Amino acid sequence: MARNKIIRIENLTKSFGEKKVLDDVSFDVLEGENLIVFGRSGTGKSVLLKSIVRLLKPDAGAIFFEDENILTMKEKKLLETRKQIGFLFQSGALYDSMSVRDNLAFPLRKLTKLPAEKINDKIEKTLELVDLSEAIDKMPAELSGGMRKRIGLARTIITEPRVILYDEPTTGLDPITSKEISSLILSLQRKLKTTSIVVTHDLICAQIISDRVIFLKEGKLYIEGKLETIKEKDDKFIKNFFSNEILTEAE
Amino acid sequence: MKTPQLIYGKRLTGEEKLYNFFAMLGGITVFIVEYFKYFFIPPYEIEETKKHMADFGMKTLPIVSTMGIIIGFVMALQSYFVLEPLGATDFIPGSLGISILREFAPILTALLFAGRVSSGIGAELGSMRVTEQIDAMEVSGINPFKFLVVPRVTASTLILPLLTVYVIFISVIGGYLATFLQEQMNITYYFNSMISYIDMNDILQGMIKTFFFGFMVGIVGSYKGFTTEGGTVGVGLSTTSAVVTSSLLIIFIDMIMVKLGMM
Repeated sequence: MARNKIIRIENLTKSFGEKKVLDDVSFDVLEGENLIVFGRSGTGKSVLLKSIVRLLKPDAGAIFFEDENILTMKEKKLLETRKQIGFLFQSGALYDSMSVRDNLAFPLRKLTKLPAEKINDKIEKTLELVDLSEAIDKMPAELSGGMRKRIGLARTIITEPRVILYDEPTTGLDPITSKEISSLILSLQRKLKTTSIVVTHDLICAQIISDRVIFLKEGKLYIEGKLETIKEKDDKFIKNFFSNEILTEAE
Repeated sequence: MKTPQLIYGKRLTGEEKLYNFFAMLGGITVFIVEYFKYFFIPPYEIEETKKHMADFGMKTLPIVSTMGIIIGFVMALQSYFVLEPLGATDFIPGSLGISILREFAPILTALLFAGRVSSGIGAELGSMRVTEQIDAMEVSGINPFKFLVVPRVTASTLILPLLTVYVIFISVIGGYLATFLQEQMNITYYFNSMISYIDMNDILQGMIKTFFFGFMVGIVGSYKGFTTEGGTVGVGLSTTSAVVTSSLLIIFIDMIMVKLGMM
């Protein structure tokens, strides 16, 4: 059965001053798939993710979430749409002044009318999913890098979004923790039936998670397809990218 | 909302400085409009507002208490040195009351409040901005302006007048201490004399402007924090700039209000 296109990106262009970061990029994201966005640093991967939730406004193009253009929708509709799209920031972006419990409770208190007991139940269940129940009363400053990512992920999934955007989810983590986070992302995606767009440089992460991969090069969509197929391409840029990645992993 | 930011270590041209200045004025104006837009839209963040009022009040209380008692004491002493040779020390309570009520308590409390609160708001929101916490709030469908800015500005607007009333009281006590030490003035006479010189216009002129001062401290601190760019260096710049800008605006508003009060 053909899957719906949950996100459609059409002719997206964004410049910062003279530098064109995204140049006429178009692709679709199917419901339930895990799409990996590869590319060298500064090729517009994070700009692409931030444009999808309209944290940045592109210069041209359109981003459709189920046939509604995110870039032109009114503020009220945008807030409703954002509730269906989770975003895991590279740093986790946990609220420093709140405990882990309050970090997870915050979106529920603000976006739902759930009673306090239900919110508490939900927090405990979500922390079990990311295997960090013991951190419930800790402050973000007491958490390690990997724990912050897990709690960030817990806060992202607690509102049950349909699409989750991951901005470099394994950057700055040791290889073992990176694999754990990647496996966690995959298992959560299977359990919660979400759609994922993952920006990363991490080949291992991509191997674990990806259904499909797109490459950005100098702001343009360079190639897309299955990871295994792309890796076999006789293309200097691709070969160079993967050899560097493998070298980084080996290091 | 993006504004041109100072880049640490870069010397700006006169034209760039002027551009930054007008961009900031425009940004603050837009911020004020946004505040009133979101202030009236439910849900109202009453708990957050109360929390910030308590926080701002407690942060500022020690320094304004110290300042209040010293200012009252010093002003009474200075008045004594001028009026005593003329045999007019009976005028000390009245002149002290009017100057504290109309000018010294409101403006000095507001300047100290700006130093503590505007910088605090700028640093807190600036850190949240550069660590993507504000972005995280925004992408989860929560309006960060409504949750972070509106309660802080409201709290700042409401707590500064209360602090000013407290400082007036403390300064008057400080003034009495000085007159008692120099003149052994009776406390009942001191207060009766002061009250006989003060009228409603003095109270209104002194107090109304404190709401404007509190509002500007909250707006400028929030604006500087919310528009921070450039990592920890940017947070430092926002914090300093919040204090300088809000202090200058307090003096400017005071000048306008005094002029309007004289009409």
